[in-house]
Amino acid sequence: MLKVRGLTKRYGGTEVVRGLDLDVRRGECFGLLGPNGAGKTTTLRLLLGLTDPDAGSIELAGIPVPARAREARMKVGVVPQMDNLDPDFSVRENLIAYGRYFGMTRQAITARVPELLDFAGLASKADAQIAQLSGGMKRRLTLARALVHDPEILFLDEPTTGLDPQARHLIWQGLRRLIGAGKTIVLTTHFMDEAERLADRLVILDHGAIVAEGAPRALIGSNIEPAVVEVYGEGLPAWTRDHAQGVCTRFESVGETLFCYTNDADCVIDALNHADGLRYVHRPSNLEDVFLKLTGRDLRD
Amino acid sequence: MIRHLRVPHLSWRFIPVWQRNYLVWKKLAIPSILGNLADPMLYMLGLGYGLGSLLPDVAGMPYLTFLAAGTVAYSTMNAATFEVLYSSFSRMHVQRTWDAILNAPLTLDDVMLGELTWAVSKSLLSGLAILAVIWGLGLYGDFWMTLWIVPVVALVGFCFGGMGLVMNAVSPSYDFFLYYFTLVITPMVLLCGVFYPVSQLPAVLQGVSAWLPLTHAVDLARPLVVGRMPADIALHIFGLVAYGSVGYVIALALTRRRLLK
Repeated sequence: MLKVRGLTKRYGGTEVVRGLDLDVRRGECFGLLGPNGAGKTTTLRLLLGLTDPDAGSIELAGIPVPARAREARMKVGVVPQMDNLDPDFSVRENLIAYGRYFGMTRQAITARVPELLDFAGLASKADAQIAQLSGGMKRRLTLARALVHDPEILFLDEPTTGLDPQARHLIWQGLRRLIGAGKTIVLTTHFMDEAERLADRLVILDHGAIVAEGAPRALIGSNIEPAVVEVYGEGLPAWTRDHAQGVCTRFESVGETLFCYTNDADCVIDALNHADGLRYVHRPSNLEDVFLKLTGRDLRD
Repeated sequence: MIRHLRVPHLSWRFIPVWQRNYLVWKKLAIPSILGNLADPMLYMLGLGYGLGSLLPDVAGMPYLTFLAAGTVAYSTMNAATFEVLYSSFSRMHVQRTWDAILNAPLTLDDVMLGELTWAVSKSLLSGLAILAVIWGLGLYGDFWMTLWIVPVVALVGFCFGGMGLVMNAVSPSYDFFLYYFTLVITPMVLLCGVFYPVSQLPAVLQGVSAWLPLTHAVDLARPLVVGRMPADIALHIFGLVAYGSVGYVIALALTRRRLLK
């Protein structure tokens, strides 16, 4: 569905995307993860033909981009990072106006609108103005708008950033329905739980290049110890000095917290229970641990 | 910018962009018409009657007629300019409507052609309103000749729409447009024979005036109002088309650099 080889993009002297290779299969949900500035959005823009690559090739739904980007975009629905619904139109008019950009007739769009409103849970808001919608409603409308021409593939750029938990779950529900209906999805996010929930396969990008690739479970299994014990408390410096090396498979001190990665959590917990002034949280390791291990803990803003 | 210069790739896909702007305008048509059209009309009638009563014939016609012909060009220029500056900027920069459209199978060339043709439409509206006043007050020489003002007005809209899009492309905020009005539009209004004949100006300024697009617009519109065939028609049409299309091509390159780099 999507085939990318050696994709490179430079701004001034810096390479923002560095020789990217991607393969997304039909019907798959593919995650593009990375810290801010890793090149996720630039990659999406390149895939849509909105900016020209400095090197490499892109084939989207079998169509070369950017050479035939216009044709390729007919087959893609896009949910951008920043809402850009048309504030001068109502909910329904937004869908109709957007369908026209794809060359759809008014009848074809009108026939599709009830289904889209239903999908977005906005049937009762059809004539509402955009300013009256909540953040979650706007996102759902943006998603419905991206589906107006029944695309084969969907690009979502951080679809749940800024939403409350209820609204996020609704978006996820919608996306699962689309995956169930056989749509191909390319999703960028920096929410690891989102990627873990939705993506069949993902890549982690950093500084424009892939640092890890695979199914979420497999990535966790192959990149990191199965359990994490996070330790806090007054006695931490002493415990770290005397015991961490011995009981943790690998550990990291971050501020006031010790992250103890381990193959044998019971052994760590046993040691902690014998120490004073320490509190701990024991949990299975997750994608976020892998992400932080691979991309580091430095701020990226 | 040079890197982004290329021959525009025009397609019919600009129509839904025009249509989008039309549908939004339709919702607010009455206040928009009043806002855009009442202003030049008030100036024309106020100055035309007030100042005109103190003046003898200007360039062989009553001052009101002289001013009405100038106002056709002037209000058309303003209509197109305001549209591609403030309104297009809102759609491009503030509302990000262009970004949304560019995710559909439209190119920037289509989007900006849609904006340009919409600016022409607003100009037509503005020019027709002034023309209606000219008809109503009987300020014309030959009715059939005044019909030629309709295409002239469209051409003037194209010219200033294309030029204004350049400003739209480079502007960081609405405030920036003030430079364009102060440094380009206002001097042009004073140099191009809207309020008084260019022949009243010092020779140097007359030389400058000859190169300005609004002069071409006025030189086409005024004879048509009084029922004469304009002189140098080809030159004036060429001038307006050239300013407009060079503006469009440069604006396209600058906007490509701004949005699609």
